[in-house]
Amino acid sequence: MKSLRLYAFAYLAFLYAPVLVLPIFSFNNSEFIAFPLSGFTIRWYEGLVADTAMQHALGNSLKVGLATALLSTMLGLAAARAVTRYRMKAASVALGFISLPLFIPDIVLALSLMLLLGAGGLPLSLAAVVLGHLLICVPFALTVLIARFEGFGRDLEEASADLGEDPWMTFWRVTFPLMLPGIVASLLLTFITSFDEFLLAFFLSGTEATLPVYIWGQLRFPERLPMVLALGSVILTVSVALVVLAEHVRNLGAQKTMVGA
Amino acid sequence: MSFLAIRAVSKSFGGPPVVDTVSLDVDRGEFFALLGPSGCGKTTLLRMIAGFEAPDSGAIVIDGETMTRVPPHLRPTNMVFQSYAIFPHLNVFDNIAYGLRKLKLPKAELRSKVEAMLATVRLEGLESRAANQLSGGQRQRVALARALVREPKLLLLDEPLGALDKRLREAMQVELRAIQRKVGVTFLLVTHDQEEALSLSDRVAVMGHGKVLQVAPPRTLYERPNCREVADFIGEINFFHATVREIADDRVTVNAGIMGIVTFPRANLADGIKKGDHILLAIRPEHVAFADTGMAGELSAATFLGERNHLQVRIAGRSEPIAVSAANAPAGQTVHLSFPPQFLIGLPSGD
Repeated sequence: MKSLRLYAFAYLAFLYAPVLVLPIFSFNNSEFIAFPLSGFTIRWYEGLVADTAMQHALGNSLKVGLATALLSTMLGLAAARAVTRYRMKAASVALGFISLPLFIPDIVLALSLMLLLGAGGLPLSLAAVVLGHLLICVPFALTVLIARFEGFGRDLEEASADLGEDPWMTFWRVTFPLMLPGIVASLLLTFITSFDEFLLAFFLSGTEATLPVYIWGQLRFPERLPMVLALGSVILTVSVALVVLAEHVRNLGAQKTMVGA
Repeated sequence: MSFLAIRAVSKSFGGPPVVDTVSLDVDRGEFFALLGPSGCGKTTLLRMIAGFEAPDSGAIVIDGETMTRVPPHLRPTNMVFQSYAIFPHLNVFDNIAYGLRKLKLPKAELRSKVEAMLATVRLEGLESRAANQLSGGQRQRVALARALVREPKLLLLDEPLGALDKRLREAMQVELRAIQRKVGVTFLLVTHDQEEALSLSDRVAVMGHGKVLQVAPPRTLYERPNCREVADFIGEINFFHATVREIADDRVTVNAGIMGIVTFPRANLADGIKKGDHILLAIRPEHVAFADTGMAGELSAATFLGERNHLQVRIAGRSEPIAVSAANAPAGQTVHLSFPPQFLIGLPSGD
């Protein structure tokens, strides 16, 4: 029993200690990443604020993340509604194919997309990154949204139709409010997935770097490493906050509609 | 044409027909029940009337207007769902007012309309309750109010009392009937509970295997079922195999095996039976009488149910015991049974 507890602690330390290195060294007053720490500073964070190239990359990542989140959630919403609300013969097959990109190695996905764009004469761009990210984000959106659709019965939408609302108004008065927690969770998860993604962005972004691609580029300059750590710490904090928020919103919604049946 | 006319409606979901060429007529202001075991097609028929399913063939006409292909939101019907389908994100007031949006009523008028309906279903003062703070009976009332406030021509009720416990169910039956009388709307009830159908409705359609077996007022269904399924489904009944020997103007004579040669009124014989046909002779347990002579049997089981006793009598040469319901149980093990001819019913044997 005691050794099991020890194992659990060791495991958690193994998982999270490396992550803590980032914030620790981002406040360390030295260009070299080595113990002992040489003093507290926020100059690396000040450097971030002044770095316009970094901010441009951040802007690109936000654009790609927002577009990906909106598109994949919309597509996921339509697909989730289709598989949960209609008698569909090939529902499981369709779901399988939608989820397949998750199991294809990203490097293969990235390479084939790059070749495809080249063959079609299309330029590498942020739009291409969004398309690539859709492939891996739609399955996430779909999973969250299907669970949400299954949380309330089709009879609620039927009741709305019965009470005189057409399908469009039924969507806005019943489906959308009940789906809202799922939609918010899906938006946050897909945004984070896109924002953190490196491989597809690296292959498809062309000259416009997203933040992870920009960070990769900075690693060639050892003196800029502490600033990258500072940036990493900021991303880490925001990511964790968003994921926690997404989970919280999802649970909140689940509790509220337990009575829906 | 009748108020609700269902004309040769059929529906299948890729397999055998769930609803098989059903025709029905319901009058304006009637309390009509569709009764049958689960899987008999009654709910599918109701959903076709509401517009949630489209019939494969046939027509549905409500108050002279053909509704067969009209989507649910444009039909003059409202439904009380089996699950009640109360909107969980809206409170009681907004649930009831949900279907009134299109009327664009001034706020005060909307409020008075909803409040009047709350009074009808006796939920005064609960308008700001959240959906998850309601009991089963209250949810049922909200569902009823939400449908009735739209003043539908036809109210559809899908097993509306099924989710309630026995006492609440009995109280709601009385109330449902009172509300129907008050608002005067035509009610179409779907249920598998024969007691509920018989006690609430003006007329009942008994369904089985996608077909309507018999449409009649409750008393007629009980006293003059037209086939074995209906007789069996509505209350308990004893069957005897028999062969028709003679059909006179007012009497029928049959050879009923262990019961011997029996003569009973012609009116008790189902339609379409000819001389020489094999039939089922049926009699309700409460019509079987104890006598000094007659068919001898052994008392095999007795259940005391307050005012009446339910007894089982074993007869030599018959595997099924005969069910008897009587005010007084006879003393002793050996009894004699008599079957008053006026209570004997002749039904097609079905084979």
